[in-house]
Amino acid sequence: MAEKKNSNGEVKLLGAWPSPFVIRARIALNIKSVEYDFIEETFGKRSQLLLKSNPVNKQIPVLIHGHKCIAESMIIVQYIHEAWSSSGPPILPSLPYDRAIARFWLTYIDDKWFPPLKSIVLGLDTEPIEEKLEKVREGLVLLEDAFNKISKGKDFFGGDQIGYLDIGFGSFLAWLKTVEVTEGVSLVHETTTPALAKWLQKFCAHDAVKDVLPPIDKLIAFSKMLRANVDLVINPK
Amino acid sequence: MSYMIVKDEKGIIEVKWQIWRKTMERREDVKLFNFHASPFGQRVIWALKLKGVDYECIEEDIFNKSNLLLELNPVHKKVPVLVHCNKPIAESLVILEYIDETWKQYPLMPQNPYQRAHARFWANFAEHKLLDAAWMAMRSSGEEQEKAVNEAREAVEKIEEEIKGKRFFGRDNIGFLDIAIGWISYWIPVWEEVGSMKILDPLKFPAINAWITNFLSHPTINDTLPQRDNMIVYYHSRRKEVSPF
Repeated sequence: MAEKKNSNGEVKLLGAWPSPFVIRARIALNIKSVEYDFIEETFGKRSQLLLKSNPVNKQIPVLIHGHKCIAESMIIVQYIHEAWSSSGPPILPSLPYDRAIARFWLTYIDDKWFPPLKSIVLGLDTEPIEEKLEKVREGLVLLEDAFNKISKGKDFFGGDQIGYLDIGFGSFLAWLKTVEVTEGVSLVHETTTPALAKWLQKFCAHDAVKDVLPPIDKLIAFSKMLRANVDLVINPK
Repeated sequence: MSYMIVKDEKGIIEVKWQIWRKTMERREDVKLFNFHASPFGQRVIWALKLKGVDYECIEEDIFNKSNLLLELNPVHKKVPVLVHCNKPIAESLVILEYIDETWKQYPLMPQNPYQRAHARFWANFAEHKLLDAAWMAMRSSGEEQEKAVNEAREAVEKIEEEIKGKRFFGRDNIGFLDIAIGWISYWIPVWEEVGSMKILDPLKFPAINAWITNFLSHPTINDTLPQRDNMIVYYHSRRKEVSPF
């Protein structure tokens, strides 16, 4: 599903093509067939529109729906699920317990699993890279086990359809692949994480996903630029 | 009265839905694994109490965690864990949303999707920008403490704007966001005393201080708070250690 431009202006997404958090919002909008204007922020600088629409955190993504501004990627995904409930399949599971499990794993992914991966991408000096890679791998083992329990034999965490947890985790896949290439390691593999390896193929090929995951060669070039400008990543102007 | 019709191999059986539902409610088994001084567990207690949900509270010694807790929350090995009908749920903000979606009385979340996003945003903000800074301010000293206090105050300044003109974050009644950041009202003053520092300056933050008074004067909120003296002793002993929760 191609990125939609020049909608009636009612829905805008402020973001940047490499950001996994922005990718989450785009996949959710695609699932719901929502037309939106994608407004790209320049790396290292914050536009007036961003500062006005997210004055608290000053971060992308920000969804602007009419006069309403919504920030924080998984909060945006839940908003999209609720605001466009009559359009397209649901994004969150229907049962409270299944929702709790999906939300639990998202908290784990964002607060525990992603930081060492981010540290590898940025080339930060906090600890040896082998230790960071080990943390990423340990997390993938947990997520493999979670997938087997949650998917109940179906293609996605969300069952037959991609859902909240697929989006939250899948948004990192291009960066995961980039790290595999740049560091010469294997992270998701059919021998170590067979279920995730299968899920990954299906997820990346999904109509709502395939046009928003960035090409790996473009991300590799971008990651080199990121490492050269780590200060701007941590303190954008 | 609505009816649920169940067909089995012997024919159609008509069951009175209300009776069936009440029978299921009586069978509901709600347990909370908690540590009395945990601000995260307190959120869950407040939510269950406001909704009038009966539960059994199992106090964990977080320095000697039970095997059961480790089985229920193998990923983080932390309290609180809510167990409902033998299904464990961890992460207190996740538990809050589960409670609100499962027990419909006294709704905590607003109905409107934008207001729900707004509540989630501020809960997330306080969790990531205020909690760690306030905790660090409690257990550090010198320059490190000064930096943490300033970070905490910057976060409080933003929350102050959010509560201005409102009795509660949920407007007229206590809602999801009040419960999610309610720890500010009781834990931060304790941490201020233990750390000999000040974050919630009443002159700088009159609206938050007014909210604290309103929040803590609600009987359900107040009646379940842990004893302040015990908290002071406990946090003094934790002052130099990393978060054990």
